Amino acid sequence: MPDFLLEIGTEEIPARMIDGAREELVKRVSDLLVRERLVDGNGSSPAVEGTSTPRRIAVVARDIAPAQADVSEQVLGPSLRVAFKDGQPTPAAHAFAKKVNVPLNEIEKVSTPKGEYVAATVARKGRNATEILAEALPKEIAGLYWAKNMYWRTGKPERFVRPVRWMVALLGSEIIPVEFGGILAGAESRGHRILSGADVRIERPDNYRETLATARVLDQARREHVVRKALDAATRQIPGARWREDKELLHTVVNLTEFPSVILGNFEREYLTLPEEVLVTVMRDHQKYFAVEDASGKLAPHFLAVLNTDGDPNGIIRHGHERVLRARFNDARFFWNTDQKMPLKQRVEMLKAVTFQKDLGSYYEKAARIAPLAVKIADALEDAGVVVDCTAADEAAWLAKTDLTTELVKEFTELQGVVGGLYAKAQGLSHKIADAIYDQYKPASMEDAVPTTIEGAVLAVADKADTIAGMFGLGNVPSGSKDPFALRRQANGIVKTIAEHNLPLNLSLLFQWAREGYAGSEVERKFAAKQEYVASIETFFRERLEFYLRDVHGFAYDVVNAVLVAGRDDVVDAVERAKAVAAVRNSEDFASISVAFKRMKNILRQARETGKWTEVQQVSASVRVIHESDDPAERELAKQAATTADLVKKLRAEKQYAQALTDISRLRPVVDTFFDKVMVMVEDEQIRSNRLALLQMLVDEFSTIADFSEIVTEK
Amino acid sequence: MLENNDQELKTIQETLVNENSNISLTFQELILRLSNFWAERGCVLQQPQDVEVGAGTMAPETFLRVLGPREYRVAYTQPSRRPADGRYGENPNRLYKHTQMQVILKPPPENIQELYLESLKAIGIDLRQHDIKFEEDNWESPTLGAWGIGWQVMLDGLEITQFTYFQQCGGVDLDPISVELTYGLERIAAFLQDVDSIYDIVWARDPKDPNKVMTYGDVRLADELQFSVYNFETADVEKLWQHLNLYESECQTLVDRYNDLLKDGRQKGADVAAITAEKRRFPLLPAFDLCLHCSHLFNILDARGAISVTERVGVIARIRTLAVGVAKAWVDQQQLPRETGPAPAAGATAN
Repeated sequence: MPDFLLEIGTEEIPARMIDGAREELVKRVSDLLVRERLVDGNGSSPAVEGTSTPRRIAVVARDIAPAQADVSEQVLGPSLRVAFKDGQPTPAAHAFAKKVNVPLNEIEKVSTPKGEYVAATVARKGRNATEILAEALPKEIAGLYWAKNMYWRTGKPERFVRPVRWMVALLGSEIIPVEFGGILAGAESRGHRILSGADVRIERPDNYRETLATARVLDQARREHVVRKALDAATRQIPGARWREDKELLHTVVNLTEFPSVILGNFEREYLTLPEEVLVTVMRDHQKYFAVEDASGKLAPHFLAVLNTDGDPNGIIRHGHERVLRARFNDARFFWNTDQKMPLKQRVEMLKAVTFQKDLGSYYEKAARIAPLAVKIADALEDAGVVVDCTAADEAAWLAKTDLTTELVKEFTELQGVVGGLYAKAQGLSHKIADAIYDQYKPASMEDAVPTTIEGAVLAVADKADTIAGMFGLGNVPSGSKDPFALRRQANGIVKTIAEHNLPLNLSLLFQWAREGYAGSEVERKFAAKQEYVASIETFFRERLEFYLRDVHGFAYDVVNAVLVAGRDDVVDAVERAKAVAAVRNSEDFASISVAFKRMKNILRQARETGKWTEVQQVSASVRVIHESDDPAERELAKQAATTADLVKKLRAEKQYAQALTDISRLRPVVDTFFDKVMVMVEDEQIRSNRLALLQMLVDEFSTIADFSEIVTEK
Repeated sequence: MLENNDQELKTIQETLVNENSNISLTFQELILRLSNFWAERGCVLQQPQDVEVGAGTMAPETFLRVLGPREYRVAYTQPSRRPADGRYGENPNRLYKHTQMQVILKPPPENIQELYLESLKAIGIDLRQHDIKFEEDNWESPTLGAWGIGWQVMLDGLEITQFTYFQQCGGVDLDPISVELTYGLERIAAFLQDVDSIYDIVWARDPKDPNKVMTYGDVRLADELQFSVYNFETADVEKLWQHLNLYESECQTLVDRYNDLLKDGRQKGADVAAITAEKRRFPLLPAFDLCLHCSHLFNILDARGAISVTERVGVIARIRTLAVGVAKAWVDQQQLPRETGPAPAAGATAN
C-alpha cells in the first residue's frame, strides 16, 4: 500500500494562520480518503499527519489504497410492465441491457415499494487513487479557510492566503498531477531560502520530513523542541537567569522559522529604569524577543531573539538586533520623558479631540459619563457595606482615558491603561487612582485577572457598562458571529469582575444608570426606545450569565436555568445559588421534589388555560382558609409548607441557600402524600381554588432560589 | 562572554567594514544601486512626484498606474512627508521627510520574492550572514480607498521593506494585481553603515578624498528643523483651511466634469467620437495633483492640532471622495479606444 504526500508551497503564510490551516488540511484529506474508499475497509480513519512551515503546509497519509475496490451495484431499469410484454422483452428492455452492458438474460426482476422493476447487477470498477486525488484535491485546497485571502494572478482565477509557488503530490514514488493556482504538482520541493540552494527532490512520501530536514527545513514539532532547547542554552550564559515562558510568542516564532536558532542579546542597564511593562512590550510585541529575568524574577538587561538561520558565528545578527532594540528603547524613553511634561490632569481637555466611537462622540464625553457612573456604583456599594473610595473612583474615571493622548500610547497602543496607571503613579497620584487606571481594561479575557482593587473594579465596570449601554442604545446588539465591538467580551468582563469582587451590584440598575449617562446628549436622539433597550440588555446578560456559570464555573445547564429563572440581577447571588443547587441536586429528595414541582406547575398551567385559575381567583384565593372538606394530607402540607416557608425566608435572607434547599427537599413526604391522596382539580370550585392556591403558594415561595421545575431528572 | 565584548565588537565592526568596503555604500550609492538593479529588470526609472506626498504609494506612478489592465514596471525614490512625525531634527530615528524607494511590478513575476532578495545582495547584504523574515503586515489606506496583502521584511529585527500585493486602489478592484516594494532608505543606510543616528549617515563621499564626506545631517537637518517649526508652530491654520478648500473645489469640479462627459456619452444620439476625444485629453493627472495637495494640507492641519474629532473623519472622507473620483475616471480614460496614429515607441508604455 503506497503512502500519499501533498505539499502546498507558498510565499510566507502569516504565523497566526499556519496551525489552523495544517489541521484543516489533515482533516480534509482524511475525510476525502474515507469518502473515496481509499483506506482500509474497516472504516478506521487513515493515519494522516500534517507538516507546516511558513512556506508550506503538507500532509502525509500512510498506506492508502492504490485504487478503490471494485463494487457491484444494482442498477434499476424500467418497470417490469414496460420492459416485458407477454413475457417478451420490449425495446425498452433491450435499450436498458445495452446501456448497462449486461446480456438480456441476466436482467433480473426486483420488487420495490413503487412496484416491480427490472434491474441489472453491474460491476463497477474502482477508480485509481491518482485519478481521484488529482481531481478532488484542487477543491480541497481551494476550500481551506484563511482569515484573509488574496489574489495574485492576472484574471484573478483563485484566492489563497499567499501565492502558491510549487506543489508536491506523490502516491508512492508516482507524481499525482494535481493543479492549483496555475501550478502543476511535481516531486520538487524547496528547502530553506538561504541555507539550502537548489530545489530538493522528494523521492517518497515516507521520507518527506527527513528529506526536508536535509534541506534545512524542520517540521513544527522539531522546531518547537529546537527553540526551547536553544532558549535554555542561550540563557545559561547568564548565571541564575531564566527566560520568561510565553506560549503565544513561542508559537509565533516557531511559525516564523524553518530552521530556528537563538541568540542572546544585551541592552544597556540604564534602560531598566523604564517600567518593565514598556520594556517587555517592546521586546515581545514589537521585536518578538523573549525577556530574560534574573534569579529574583526581575527583568535582566538581556533578550533572546529566535533566528531563521543556523547561527550567528560572528555576532553580526546579534549586533543588528541590539541596535534595533536600543533605538526602540530610546524612542520609548523619549516618549516617556516628553509625556511627563504634561500631567494627566491637563490632558482631560485634550480628550475632546479623541474619538471614542463615531456615533458616541469623544473620549471627553465618555469620561464625563463614566465618572458620575463610577460614583453611583461606588455609592451603592458603600450603602451595601463595601469599603470603597468614591473620590478616588471619580478621579480615576476622569483620568482613565487621558493616556490616549500620550506619545507612548500612540506608539504602543497595547499599553493603554497600563501607561495611564504608571504615569498617575509617577505624577504622585494616590495608589488607589493609579491602580484603578492601570487595571481599567481588565479582564481582557476570561483567563485574565480582574482589577486588583475595588476602585479599579468600579472603574472597569463603569467603563464597560457605558460602552455597552451606548452600543445597545444605537441598536448595535451582537448577534451570532457578529460582535464587531467585542461587547460580549466586555459583558463577560463585567460579570467576572462583579463575581470575583463579590460586588452587591444590581445589573438592571447598573444599565439603567449607564443609559441615563447619555440622557440629554446629542447621541441619545439616535437611541432605540427604552423598553427595547431594557429587553435587549436583559437577554444579552442572561446569555452572559449562562456562559459564566456554565463555561467558567462548570455548572450543569439545568442548574444554571433553574437559578437564572429565579433571578439574574445579582451576579454574586446567582453564583451562590448555583453552588447550592449543584450541591443538593443529586440527593434523592431533591430529585423527587423537582418532579413534584414540575407537576404543580403543570396543574397550575392547565388550570389557567382552562379558565379555572384566573387572576381574579388567584387574588381571592390567595389567603388559604382551612376547610372542613380539606383532606388531612392537604392540611398537613399546608401546615408544613407554611413553617418551611418561614424558615426558607429566613435562610434566604442569610444566604444559607443549601440549607434552604435541603429544608424544601424535606417536604417531599408530605408533597408525595398530597399527590397520592388528594385530587386537585375537583368539581367544587372553592375546594379546587383552595388547592390551587396551596400549589401556587408552594411554587411562589420555594422558587426564589431556583426554579425546581427546570431541573432535569432521570425519570 | 560579556568580558569579551570589546574584542567581539571589534570583530563585528571589522566584518561589517569588510562587507561595506567592497561596495562602500553611501546614501546616494544605495539609491543608485537599487535604481540600477530594478532598471536592469525592466523598470522605468521615474523621478519623484513633485507634489508633496505622505508615501510613495500616493504618487501617480503608483496610485494611478496600478489601475486598469496595462502592464507596467517602475522604480523611483520618493521623499515622503509626514508632518506629524517631525522631531525638529532632534530624534535620531524619526523624520518629517523620509525617503522611500518605490518599485511597482504589474503583474508580479512568479519569482518576485527571489528578485527582491537579490536586490538586497545588490546593496551589499550577504544574506548568509543575516536573519531575514517575511512577517505578515497588510497595508491599508482608508484615505486612498486602497489596501493590500503582504509582509514587512525584517532584517536582523529591523523592518527594511514593506512588500505588498495590492488588491484595491481608489475603491477599484485591481486586475492585474501589482506588487509594491517600499524600501525605507534611511533605515537601510543606517544599517549598512552601522550608525545609530540617521543624521550620521554618509550621504556622499568625495571619490578623491574618502575622508571628505557629506552626512545626512549636512544635507537635511535644516529641512527637518524648519519644517517642524512650520508644521507644529507657524503654519497659518486659517489659510491652510482656505488652501484645502480651494484645491478640493477645483479637483471636485474636474471630477464632476469628467462624470458629466460619461453621462453625455450614454445619451441617445450622443456624438461618441467627440466625447471620446474630449475624454482622452481630459486633465485627470492635474486633478490628482490637486487631490494630493489636499491630503498634504490635511496632514499639516492635523500636525498643527487644528482638526477636531468630528472634522477629522469628515475631512478624510472628503479627500477619499476626491481620490476615488479621480481613480474611477482614470480607469475609464485608460479604457478609451486608442487614437489611430503613429505607434508608440518600442518599450515605452503609452499613455
